[in-house]
Formats: sequence, C-alpha cells, structure tokens
Amino acid sequence: MATTIAPAPTATAARDAAPRGRKPFSPGRALAWAVMIIIILVTLFPFYWMLRTSFSTSKALFLQPGSLGPVDATLGAYKRVLGLSTTAEAQAQGGSGASVDFFLYLRNSTIFAVVATAGQVFFSALAAYAFARLRWPGRDIVFFAFLTALMVPPIFTALPNFILIKNLGLLGTFPGLIAPYFFMTPFAIFFLRQFFLGINREVEEAAKLDGAGHLTMFFRIVLPMSWAPITTLSILTVINMWNEYLWPLLVGTNEQTRVLNVALGVFRSQTPQTGPDWAGLMAAVLIAALPLLIVFLFFAKRIVNSIGFSGSK
Amino acid sequence: MTAATVGTAQPAVTPAAARTAPSRGPGRSDLGIALLFILPALVGFCVFYLYPTIRGIYFSLTRYNILGRPHFIGLGNYTKLFNDALFWNAMKVTLEYVVLNIFFQTILAVAIGVLMQRLTKNTAVRAVILLPFLISNVIAALVWFLMLDFQVGIVNELLANLGLDRITFFGGDATAIPTIAAVNVWRHMGYTALLVFAGLQTIPDYVYEAAAVDGSTEWRSFWRITLPLLRPILALVLVITVTGSFQIFDTVNVTTRGGPGNASRVIQYYIVQKGFAEGQFGYASAISFVLFVILAIVALVQLRLLNAGESDLA
Repeated sequence: MATTIAPAPTATAARDAAPRGRKPFSPGRALAWAVMIIIILVTLFPFYWMLRTSFSTSKALFLQPGSLGPVDATLGAYKRVLGLSTTAEAQAQGGSGASVDFFLYLRNSTIFAVVATAGQVFFSALAAYAFARLRWPGRDIVFFAFLTALMVPPIFTALPNFILIKNLGLLGTFPGLIAPYFFMTPFAIFFLRQFFLGINREVEEAAKLDGAGHLTMFFRIVLPMSWAPITTLSILTVINMWNEYLWPLLVGTNEQTRVLNVALGVFRSQTPQTGPDWAGLMAAVLIAALPLLIVFLFFAKRIVNSIGFSGSK
Repeated sequence: MTAATVGTAQPAVTPAAARTAPSRGPGRSDLGIALLFILPALVGFCVFYLYPTIRGIYFSLTRYNILGRPHFIGLGNYTKLFNDALFWNAMKVTLEYVVLNIFFQTILAVAIGVLMQRLTKNTAVRAVILLPFLISNVIAALVWFLMLDFQVGIVNELLANLGLDRITFFGGDATAIPTIAAVNVWRHMGYTALLVFAGLQTIPDYVYEAAAVDGSTEWRSFWRITLPLLRPILALVLVITVTGSFQIFDTVNVTTRGGPGNASRVIQYYIVQKGFAEGQFGYASAISFVLFVILAIVALVQLRLLNAGESDLA
C-alpha cells in the first residue's frame, strides 16, 4: 500500500534534521490523511448537529429536516429547558409544556460530581499512602481484595446497595446518591498507589529526621508533591461522575436530586403530541455537555496524556 | 500512634527499640497509623463493595419482592432463569451487541491509533478524537437518536436524497442492535484509539527505522511489527472494552427501551426491568450474578489467549 522512506542515508539524515520527523509526501500518506480527516469529521459532526438543532424551532424542523443551518432560528429552546418561558410559549414552539428546569439539574449534577470526587480522591489518597509507604501485616492481601472489586460489575452491587440506601431512608437524597462513590474506588487507589510508590525514600527519611510523623509527611510532603497526578485523577473522576447514569437513575428519584443524564431521559419521554421537541432536547443536551467540554478546553493536554497504561505498569 | 512511641513503651525489648529509630528495620510495622489512613476507604470497601457482593449472592438464592422480606429458595431462581426464554434472548441480543461493538470499535481504534502515530502526534488531534468520550452515553444516544430519526434524521435525509430507502435505525427488529452498537462505537473509538496510541509509544522508533532500512513498506511493517508488538496492550484494551460492552444499558434505556419487541432487551436492561420495574429482586440478583460470572470468565480467558503481560519486545 503505502511506500516508505527510501533507505538512502540522505533521506534519513533529512528526517533527523526536521524538527518533528516530517516525512516526504507520498500518495499513501495523502490517503492516510484523507481517512484521518473523515474520521475527525464524523467525530465532530454530531456536535455541530446539536448546536444547529438547539437554535431551531421544533415545529419548523419537521418541514426542513435537511437544512444544514438552524431552521427558524431562535433561543426559544434554551429558554424552554431552563424554565424561563411560559407553558403557552413553550407549547407554541413545539415543547411539551411540562415544567423543566435544567438549571436545577445542572446544580444537582455539579453537587453530585464535585462532592463524590472530592471524597473519593481524598480518601483514596490516604489509603494509597498506606498501601505504598507504610508497613503493616495483611497489607498486600487487603490491596488485592480492593483490586478484585474492579471485577464486580456495578449492576451486581447496585441492587443490594439500592436496598441499603432505601432502608437507610436515603432515596432521593444527596447522601444516598453520593455515598457509594464517596470513600474509595479501586481504580483511584490503584492509580495513586502507583505514583506514591515512585516517591523518593530520601525525601521521607529527611522529613522523619526532622521529627515529622506520617500525618505531617502525608499532608506537608506527599500531597503537595503529588499535585499533578491528583489533579489528573480528579478530572477523570469528575468526568466519570458527570456521565454516571444507572445509580442516579435509581436513587435520584425526585426533582431535587435529579441529575442531568436522568433529566434528559425524562425530557425525551415527555414527547408533545405534535412530535418530539428536538430543539428543546438538543438545547438540554448541550447544557448537559457544556461544563465538561469547558473543563476539557482547559485540561485537554493533561487528560489526553493521562490516557494510557502508565498506571498499570 | 507512631512506631517510635511503641519502641519507648517497651523498653524490655531492646533490639526492637534500637531498630525503630530512623533506619527501617524489616520487622517494623506502622499498623496503628496505617489503620487511620485506610479506615475511610476500608469502610467504603466493606459497605459498598464487599457487603453488597455477599448480599447479592444471598439475594440470588431468595424470592424477594422489593416491598417484603427475602425468602430463601435455594437455586430456584437459577432453574427459573434456565427456562426463561427472555433471559436467553437477552443473552443472545447482548452477545450480538458485544460482537458488533467490539469488532468495529477495535478495528477503528487500531486504525486511528496507528494513523495518529504515523501521521501526527499533535495533542489537538488527539483531543478532538477524544471529544465524544467526554459526553455521556445518554447524550451520545440522544444526538444519534435525532440524526437517525426516520423522518427528520439527517442520515435518512441523505439516504432519501441519494434515492435510497429510509432506514428505521432504532425502530427496526434487525437494525436496533447494530444501531446501538454503532452509536457506542462512535463514542468509544477515540478513547480506545488513545489507549492503542499509548501502547504504540512503547514500540521504539528504531524498530521501524530498521524495517525501513530493510525495505519494508508501511503496510508490511504494520502487520509484521506493530500488530505483534501491540498484542499485550491489545489484550488489556479488549478486557476493558469487552467487559464494559457486556454492561450496555444507558443507550438502550433512553432510546429503544428494549424494543422493538425484545430486539434490544439486553441483559442489563432485563436485570433493571426485573428488579426495579417488576420488583423481583431475587431473580434480578440471580441474573446479575450470572453476568458477573460470565464477565470474570471472559476476562480470564482473554488474558490467557492473548498472553497479556508477555511482550515480544522483552
């Protein structure tokens, strides 16, 4: 298929000189780029389609479904899903008229994701320190037990956990929603343990000579030194929490604890008689997606580079 | 309590006390402080992982209406399950989904990963490729639900403009599962490609340079070098994606809801339906235990078959 660089020494030398391994043009590479560009377009098009549809009027969409730009452009869909328009207005534009307030769901998702992440990362860091830097009998067995929890599918524990939360009277409350994620996840402990294992012993020994106990050591030395992996883990955890669906669907049963994903499902099932409120749905979808996309804008490099197997070596 | 205080509290054991000070002797233990550090995580593990696992197995041996109390019935749920046509249908549908999803996702991910490695290591390209992974399954499902709608979907508009028949993507018996698989391929291929890409970074450049010097083409290098050296990484990627794929739920729940008929009633959807909609908690637990066992076996078999951890490079 693709022909490669000639083995002549001049070609190799030229390649070494080029700053980023720039390779000579070839039909194969052109084809490869074409494929890559198609993949990027397929990746991005649905995002454009959310935007285009969210700025349209639902009723008009049925007349011009193939229009590449917004149809009968309006901000009505956003007003509707944020609970800023009256029932009559909403219905006139093709909404169901049922009361929806995506501000509230946005708040709920934020509380859920942020509190769960804060607890999970902090307590997992404490545990990871004990697994990486302290000596105690049974350490490796307990660590192995924690790791095997990775094998248990979430649905299997979701059923008994639901009963537990229900019996504690915590259905439809944030504590019930957050509790299973708050104390640890095997992944978070594993991830941080790998990093803590790599910290130089001499730093610790020096601190110990100064009379620092393990608590001081953890908060004054290990945590500040581990800022980068902790940030990365926190971002990844927020993403996971934000996208969580099954558990919030089961436990976040009322308006006050309904997160965005669950609200989207409810919104989609409230189809008006005139046909689905696509503009409203896409406006809601964008509101739900936007916070993470903004986070990604700031941390793209860190997130992209964190994906790999550095944790599993 | 630190080790040093333990030492001073037991002056009789002089050698041990001598060992505790700055240097770390082999017998020294930080048990006290370790317990403090591990306590919250241990509580979380016991309450939300260990206890529900044991309890879930127990529930699977009971008849348990969600409003009542569990009644022990032995293996009753499992014999019922064995004769439940809907359970077997769910297994079949799920398997169909997993095969389609994993086959296309893996091929695309390897292709994208290799393309990125050979074309550009630009972070922006990788960021764009990862974008679908940042939105939830629910969002991905809803956007494609619109784009693949029979009447207003842009894909069907395109088909109609090309003079082809419109397709009932989510609404057709034969198309529901392939459509759901395609949506999830779209969401996950970039993430998987980045895993593959990370794996490719472990193959040193000199291997490719040596191959190029020997006159190997890119195509041959891919089959002779990249793929064999990628095998351990691919094994791990497959364990992650296959076990994840078996647990397909979100997409189904917001689009087809198991339909049309039972065409997309995947196993996890069936579990939630039995447990939460029909209140048969014991039976739902039994099905999810079967899923648990299947996933464990699948993971072990995959790791064996693909010899994960043994790199040809070593």
